[in-house]
Amino acid sequence: MTTASTDIDRQPAVTALRHKDLLGIVDLAPDEIALVLNTAEAMKEVGTRPIKKVPALRGKTVVNLFFEPSTRTRTSFEIAEKRLSADTLNIAIGTSSVVKGETLADTALNLEAMAPDMIVLRHSSSGACHLLSRICRSAIINAGDGMHEHPTQALLDAFTIRERKKQLKGLKVAIIGDLLHSRVLRSNIHLLTKMGAHVWVCGPPTLIPTDIRKFGVTATSSIDEAVEDADVVMLLRIQLERMEGAYFPSLREYFRVFGMTETRLRLAKPDVMIMHPGPMNRGVEIASEVADGPYSVILDQVANGVAVRMAVLYLLAGGAEHEDAA
Amino acid sequence: MPVVMDADRIGRTLARIAHEIVERNKGVDDLALVGVRTRGVPIAKRLARALKEITGHDVPTGALDITLYRDDLMRHAVGPQPQVRRTEIQFSIDSRKILLVDDVLYTGRTTRAALDALIDYGRPKGIQLIVLVDRGHRELPIKADYVGKNLPTSPEESVQVRLLEIDGQDEVVLEGGGA
Repeated sequence: MTTASTDIDRQPAVTALRHKDLLGIVDLAPDEIALVLNTAEAMKEVGTRPIKKVPALRGKTVVNLFFEPSTRTRTSFEIAEKRLSADTLNIAIGTSSVVKGETLADTALNLEAMAPDMIVLRHSSSGACHLLSRICRSAIINAGDGMHEHPTQALLDAFTIRERKKQLKGLKVAIIGDLLHSRVLRSNIHLLTKMGAHVWVCGPPTLIPTDIRKFGVTATSSIDEAVEDADVVMLLRIQLERMEGAYFPSLREYFRVFGMTETRLRLAKPDVMIMHPGPMNRGVEIASEVADGPYSVILDQVANGVAVRMAVLYLLAGGAEHEDAA
Repeated sequence: MPVVMDADRIGRTLARIAHEIVERNKGVDDLALVGVRTRGVPIAKRLARALKEITGHDVPTGALDITLYRDDLMRHAVGPQPQVRRTEIQFSIDSRKILLVDDVLYTGRTTRAALDALIDYGRPKGIQLIVLVDRGHRELPIKADYVGKNLPTSPEESVQVRLLEIDGQDEVVLEGGGA
């Protein structure tokens, strides 16, 4: 516990986040990422107690504003908020004034007038959280905006990896699937490269963003090359709902060329971790035997999501470091 | 910067408290030690070693982080949050007598938070409070059962407990307060 370590991902130099919002991993420094992950370790223990609740956010109001369908993320945020004793309010698109034509900015301003402390936003437009951040005093937490970022997913992925591998530095992480439409990919690339992991991305050439190498990753369309000696293999969902046009011939063809099978798994390191942010398309990006197999940590990811979101909520509830007068 | 307890004094004091624990509880049968992070934890571990030497029995020992129970957490509209660390209590506290261990007893607010935190883990038979230094100035009706040293202080002064395991040396120092 108290042994000296030079590892930046073990010993954060900061005790607070520098921004009032969590809009994306791109804004976080490595020491802030380490702070969230370390705080999440403490939060995870809360979930193992007979009484899974601490009074830390008593009297704080958190609005969960979800303009896109979500089971995992919304539930995970709500459990995290309740475990911290915050008052929560869920607004789903179908029941809100959005169906009457209200704009996002107007919805946010109206919510803001009721003085919530934090707003958790999921929206199909990239940059929706940035818009809210400019017009709201409340802390904004990005729960996924369009094809841009999904920071808490990347944080929970990193937490899950670190739990098994002890550190992120030097690991080979292969991310395979629909790279073009994935906000999970973008957040993960930012996080993993900041923490010193080697990121390989793989998918059909039509689904690889042209400028992806600028982010310090290795891109390939050979899944064997991506998986070879990988410490972590992360599959991304084929997002048919975001595809306008034909990116590959058929789902069957996709599985044949890019699907994660037990045979391909043997190319990876013997202690490889298989991850998927969910929801999974079994038999498309991942074979059922792999998803349910011994290397899969997919359900650990879900469990860790609550702890990581508790950490983010707790750290942002105190405001940003630079705003502290004392 | 007067040193009010040196390493020898701290060692003798903890040995004396260990004997008091055995005497008062007539053994260590249903006892467990819980140290309040940060410096209550090594003190609790040292007491566990002393109790083992005296009685030959192991006393379960845990670490409690009280950050999420602090009464000043959300008092300031903006400001960095205190760092949260992991609570590690690997045994059931139900029906045990819990010896809560902290380095300094001052306002009593940390102890209040620790009591709330502890009770979320179960229903102990009783809780006894052990502190290395009681410096007075209580703001809550809380009293220690075992005190290493009563140290009269002024509110302007600060008491620094340094321990080998964390700070590289054992000493208690009284700082500040002006001439």
